Amino acid sequence: MALVLSEDQQLLKDSAKNFCEQNAPVSVLRGLRDSKDEQGYDQTIWSQMIDLGWAGMAIPEAYGGFDFGYGGLGVVLEETGKTLVSSPLISTVLAGATAIVQLGSETQKQDLLPKIVAGELLTAIALDEHVIHNPSKIATTATRIEDGYSLNGSKTFVLDGHIANMLIVVARTSGETDSEQGISLFLVDANAKGLNVARTIMVDSRNCSNIQFNNVAVAEDALLGELDQGFNGLDTVLDIARIGIAAEMLGSMQTVFESILEFLKQREQFGVLIGSFQGLQHRAAEMYSEIELCKSSVRAALAGLDDPNTTRAEIAELASMTKAKLSEVFFLVSNEGIQMHGGIGMTDEFDVGFFIKRARVAQQFLGDASFHRDRYATLNGF
Amino acid sequence: MQSQQEFRIETRTWLEQNCPESMRTSMVQEEVIWGGRNAEFANPDSAIWLQRMAQKGWTCPTWPSEYGGGGLDKDQAIVLAEELARINARPALTSFGISMLGPVLLEYGNHQQKQEHIPKIVRGEIRWCQGYSEPGSGSDLASLSTKAELQGDNYLINGSKVWTSYADKADWIFCLVRTDFDVPKHSGISFILFDMASEGVSTKPIQLISGSSPFCETFFDDVKAPASNLVGRLNEGWAIAKRLLQHERTMISGFGLSAGQSDDGGTTSSISSLEGTAMHYRGDSKKLSDPVLRDQIARFKIDADAFAHTSRRSLEESKQGQGPNATSSMLKNYGCELNKRRYELMLQAIGTQGLGWEGEGFNDEELQLTREWLRSKANSIEGGTSEVQLNIIAKRVLGLPDILSLAQK
Ligand SMILES: Cc1cc2nc3c(=O)[nH]c(=O)nc-3n(C[C@H](O)[C@H](O)[C@H](O)COP(=O)(O)OP(=O)(O)OC[C@H]3O[C@@H](n4cnc5c(N)ncnc54)[C@H](O)[C@@H]3O)c2cc1C
Ligand SMILES: Cc1cc2nc3c(=O)[nH]c(=O)nc-3n(C[C@H](O)[C@H](O)[C@H](O)COP(=O)(O)OP(=O)(O)OC[C@H]3O[C@@H](n4cnc5c(N)ncnc54)[C@H](O)[C@@H]3O)c2cc1C
Repeated sequence: MALVLSEDQQLLKDSAKNFCEQNAPVSVLRGLRDSKDEQGYDQTIWSQMIDLGWAGMAIPEAYGGFDFGYGGLGVVLEETGKTLVSSPLISTVLAGATAIVQLGSETQKQDLLPKIVAGELLTAIALDEHVIHNPSKIATTATRIEDGYSLNGSKTFVLDGHIANMLIVVARTSGETDSEQGISLFLVDANAKGLNVARTIMVDSRNCSNIQFNNVAVAEDALLGELDQGFNGLDTVLDIARIGIAAEMLGSMQTVFESILEFLKQREQFGVLIGSFQGLQHRAAEMYSEIELCKSSVRAALAGLDDPNTTRAEIAELASMTKAKLSEVFFLVSNEGIQMHGGIGMTDEFDVGFFIKRARVAQQFLGDASFHRDRYATLNGF
Repeated sequence: MQSQQEFRIETRTWLEQNCPESMRTSMVQEEVIWGGRNAEFANPDSAIWLQRMAQKGWTCPTWPSEYGGGGLDKDQAIVLAEELARINARPALTSFGISMLGPVLLEYGNHQQKQEHIPKIVRGEIRWCQGYSEPGSGSDLASLSTKAELQGDNYLINGSKVWTSYADKADWIFCLVRTDFDVPKHSGISFILFDMASEGVSTKPIQLISGSSPFCETFFDDVKAPASNLVGRLNEGWAIAKRLLQHERTMISGFGLSAGQSDDGGTTSSISSLEGTAMHYRGDSKKLSDPVLRDQIARFKIDADAFAHTSRRSLEESKQGQGPNATSSMLKNYGCELNKRRYELMLQAIGTQGLGWEGEGFNDEELQLTREWLRSKANSIEGGTSEVQLNIIAKRVLGLPDILSLAQK
């Protein structure tokens, strides 16, 4: 398992860094927020990202992708995290395309993946139903009707729900509400009758929505993966997404940390640079250490995803380890980001506020530190 | 002398008769009364309540009745606070005049200054702001450079302040100015009062990460302040400044007690209990189903209880008439950290419903929580950062050597 970037990955990372700094700095997100943009993302920037091939990064060549692996997508996410790029990269490329690759039939892959690579299809995964992430607690039902299924229920915290053309809906086809058995996934056209998508304005200014399904009818071939047996595949998709989001968090915390260091080296009080105070030095040194651990965790997890020998159980453990660790450290770094800047840190004009807002959303997305520590313990049999 | 018990009965009766019903409900952010020339009373009962409390001097219970205060001793003030809490009465008035300026003016001001300003603070007629921090002088407050020069009967003030809470809404400012540039920094500072309506004063609001704009950049361009507005002696303002900060910290440390804090900095108690919220959002009835969160909340509440006892002990230990001391730094630091912890736990308790910003999909309390959580991050910055408090504890309470003054030797 290589924990250093390959030459190709490094090149990709450099070009992504350059792109984000030049084309998609934090001011873009600020602009989207302030103008109350209907789409919640910049379509020009997204087209440029498509042109750079980012949407096909982890998609096999057979389906129009570039087969660059999750290691490639990971470094891109790390860079987009650095400037808080709001784009369909997470909903569509990291989660949506992965779901189709992992669970889709040959026809579904042939049909959908090239459209994602070309930027013609946006997806959103409609999973959570409660205020706390719990992927097996699914009450939304899909019942058999003639020629297909009828969906009923409601979903919350659906990333990019209001801009997606297609929803990937996690529904119950049998079993108790809490059971992993009996979960199935469906591809639902965003224009389907009975679908009500309500955008929610989140603290991090990224796209989210609440979705209701009232007798939404889908055809037989809308089923993604096996009937009743969707949970395992879903969990793999979620683990990949958890690792991807951790890569994004890694980028974001590095920006905050750099901003702190810069301030410590530039702000003077008591006739000296504040960076000379040990009360701050030690905390900076500790954060540095934690961030180094985060980098290694993310690299290890991404490398694990791209290694064909990694088992399902190993991926799960890597995902929970990484998401727990990154959630914890992003929490720390985002808090210090405000505290160490003093008054300036509290102002909206200064970017660090965007990062603490993003931190709390990213921490909770697909399970917070507590969820993943618990899962890690279970996976390890204690 | 009236016995405590008599005082309690009398107070209870008075409150029963005089506190309007709608003032016996938890404070809501829009109805906090800050007073001042442009005072706003969203709820008309607030005006009645303020007028009645001010008449008794109970907006400032322990201040001397000579200047309009309540004239109560410490024990009576505790009884009054308990009786107010018993009926869940809202604070009739919240202001920097009460929590910061008044106490030092009573200690350092001359008779004429007290006569002019104290009654107006008690009655909420003048709203004050605090002109301490400057762009180059935050934690190192004593390096401040806003300049005041004597010209005839006036001081001519030039310079700028920053982070001045409510400077755009305040009527007067208590301001630190440099009156001597040729002496060590602590020895050239004076404490002066002036009207924000004076010519040459301008303010520019700064937006907080929580979305509101409670503080400002404040500019002084040849502002004239009568020389008689100088509090204490010329160039001896630093002692007054520090004294005021102790009062400010004691106020801020109160955020660590039960009440939450509103987005605009005033305290509210609209937030219901952490544990109740956590259980509600999980659909639990008897026991919080998440054992980790349960442990964290219990730990928080135990710390909060211990903190409340410590605040109370500190109050009882401080002698009558003597304000807070260096332990105010301990209380400030601990109280702030507690308040920040409470909000982080609250976010965990509410899960994704605590991540909304505005609009559909969230109820008002949820949206307010998000904003208050962001606002709480300032608690460990305003009134002197936590780092400054810890330095003060180390230096003044623990007697540890100070690296800065050692280095200068
Ligand atoms: C919401 C809010 C309201 C405020 N209201 C007012 C007001 O009404 N009036 C007013 O005058 N001011 C007000 N302030 C200003 C506040 O007092 C200052 O922000 C604070 O004192 C810190 O100063 P600074 O922002 O310049 O940070 P700096 O002093 O630049 O501090 C930056 C960082 O360095 C750390 N640091 C500095 N010195 C040391 C040291 N010796 N050892 C270790 N660490 C150190 C600080 O703790 C901080 O983490 C307010 C601030 C906020 C956030
Ligand atoms: C919001 C806020 C609140 C603060 N609260 C306090 C507080 O309660 N107590 C406190 O001490 N500081 C307080 N400070 C200021 C800060 O903590 C002190 O400046 C800090 O203690 C370092 O100052 P110093 O006097 O030790 O060092 P320096 O400012 O570097 O001074 C060097 C040495 O000279 C001495 N000195 C010089 N002139 C004087 C003078 N006129 N009077 C006394 N000593 C002098 C100092 O004691 C020190 O040993 C606060 C600052 C802020 C921003």
